[in-house]
Parts: sequence; C-alpha cells; structure tokens
Amino acid sequence: MKNIKFLLLGIFFAIVLSKSQAISWYRFYEMFTFQSFHMFGIIGSAVIISMIFMQLFKSGKIKDIKGNRIYPKEKKKGLFRTIIGGTFFGLGWGVSGACAAPIFVIFGFKAIPAIILLVGALLGTFMYGVVSKKLPN
Amino acid sequence: MDFIQQPWAWFISGPLIALSLLLYFYFGKNFGASTNFETLCTMAGAGKVSDYFKKDWKERDFALMFVVGLLIGGIISAKFLIPEQTIDLNPTTVQELADLGFSNVGKQYFPDEIFGEEVVFSLKGFFILLISGVCIGFGTRYAGGCTSGHAITGLSSLQLPSLLAVIGFFIGGIIATWFIIPILF
Repeated sequence: MKNIKFLLLGIFFAIVLSKSQAISWYRFYEMFTFQSFHMFGIIGSAVIISMIFMQLFKSGKIKDIKGNRIYPKEKKKGLFRTIIGGTFFGLGWGVSGACAAPIFVIFGFKAIPAIILLVGALLGTFMYGVVSKKLPN
Repeated sequence: MDFIQQPWAWFISGPLIALSLLLYFYFGKNFGASTNFETLCTMAGAGKVSDYFKKDWKERDFALMFVVGLLIGGIISAKFLIPEQTIDLNPTTVQELADLGFSNVGKQYFPDEIFGEEVVFSLKGFFILLISGVCIGFGTRYAGGCTSGHAITGLSSLQLPSLLAVIGFFIGGIIATWFIIPILF
C-alpha cells in the first residue's frame, strides 16, 4: 500500500482543520465580514511558511521521497477564468461555509449536509466539464 | 490532554497546514483538493458524456486516499477530539447573526439554520446546500483550484493566477455573506 501515507496525511489534515475550527461555518462568516483575525492568521501563516518551503524546493534543498526536484504545477492562466471561477467558488463557500477539502471533513460532523454539498459539487464539476470548451479563458 | 481537548490557535494550525503541504509535495504530488471532484465524476462515468472526463482515474489513486483520510479524520475529530464545539466569536458577529434570526450562535461548528436535520430536508434548506455545492464544484474547476490549490499552494509559489483566483474567492464570499445570507435568512 504505497498510498497509505496519503491516507495518514488526510487524517492529519482533517484533524488540523477540525481542531482549529477551520471547517466551521461561523469562522468563514467572520472571515468574509472581516470581524476576526482567526482565519486570516491560519491562511496567512500557512502561506508564509509554505513560501519558505517553495524556496527550498526551488533551490533543490528539499527533494521528494525519490530524490527528484519538486516543481509545483503551473496554474492555468486567464483573467476571466480565475476571477469569475473564483467568484463562483467564493459564493458557494460564503453561503455554505465549505470549501473543497472541508466538504469531506464535514461528513464526520454533519453527514447529510456534507453529502448534499458533495453531490452539488460533483454536479457543478460535471457542468463545467461539459461547457469548458465554450467558456472564455 | 489539554492540547487535545482545547481548540487550536491560528499559529498552531497555519504551520501544520504548511507542514501538510510540505509532506504532500515530499510524497511527490501537487497539493490540492478540488481535482478530486473531477476524479469522482470520471469514476461515476462522466466520460461517456464529455471528453473532459475521459481520464484514467487510477493515476489519481493517491489523492483519493487523501480524501478517504479526510473522511476518517473528520469522523475521528467529531467523535473524539472536540468535546466542546463552542467558538469564541466576535460579539459583533454573534449580534449580527442573532439579528438575522440565527439561534445558538457559535455554540456549535455548524448552525442549525443551514445544517440542521429539519432544515436540510426542507426545499429551501436542501437547495441552499445543493446550489452552494454546484458553485463550489463549477467555480473550483473553472478557476483551477480551491483554498488548498490556489490560496495556499499557488500564492506561496507566487503564481499570478492564484492571486486573481483568491481575489475572486473574496468577491464571491463577500457577496455571499454581505448580501445573499441576509436575503436568505
């Protein structure tokens, strides 16, 4: 089972999000109304520390488990896709308080809402897949 | 034991999220969560309808294991690690939500007004969650990532598309919390 490490990492990540309330609907409401520092602190410190890791990947000081250089994938470019796509995501996130990874974590707390959110997310993904070639970049 | 029982502060959680990203890359893969929606569509047979989903999902088995881990981790957290779900919210937030008709604000992670059993089986409650899910799925795939892939991986590797996407996340999130939630409740 070469993928067991990803399973363990998933468990760890879910516990971190749960214990720091980063899956709570209220915490995202507070974030989007700028009434609390908590989520900004979490995301901000995660980004800043990750920046250091990215530099260490880039300079080759940290290599992957097989000794290969680590290159983060380049994100698809496009003003429209990022802003409009991002806005759609933000609308769903702001109303439901759930983003991608937390949907799966929420299942442990509120199973039926998590399933409805997941079915919606898969529907949305399916819709995107069908129309993706027709959408502006 | 106190550390297990108490909520974790942002300065514990943020670095541990960065550690998760480090390990994910160390294990040889790109950190992110929302591509799994695509993989699940492929597994459900969406490739029959659109070429977009004609992919070999077995190449993403590692990410599916991560998802299984998220599910297990969520169950462990809910059952054993969070005896008290009270959240120390800003009093302004509590008042605002109480004015909108939310009860027991901050007494649990998920408000009954959106996640309660009776609510999710009502027409309105069901569609609030379903349509939110549709926006999340459509939006992450169009934008090319979610909070993990764009806000954390993309911003930390200084990618412009991720900055734009995060601006989009906040435009959407602000519209949702400032305008849509007051209309819905």
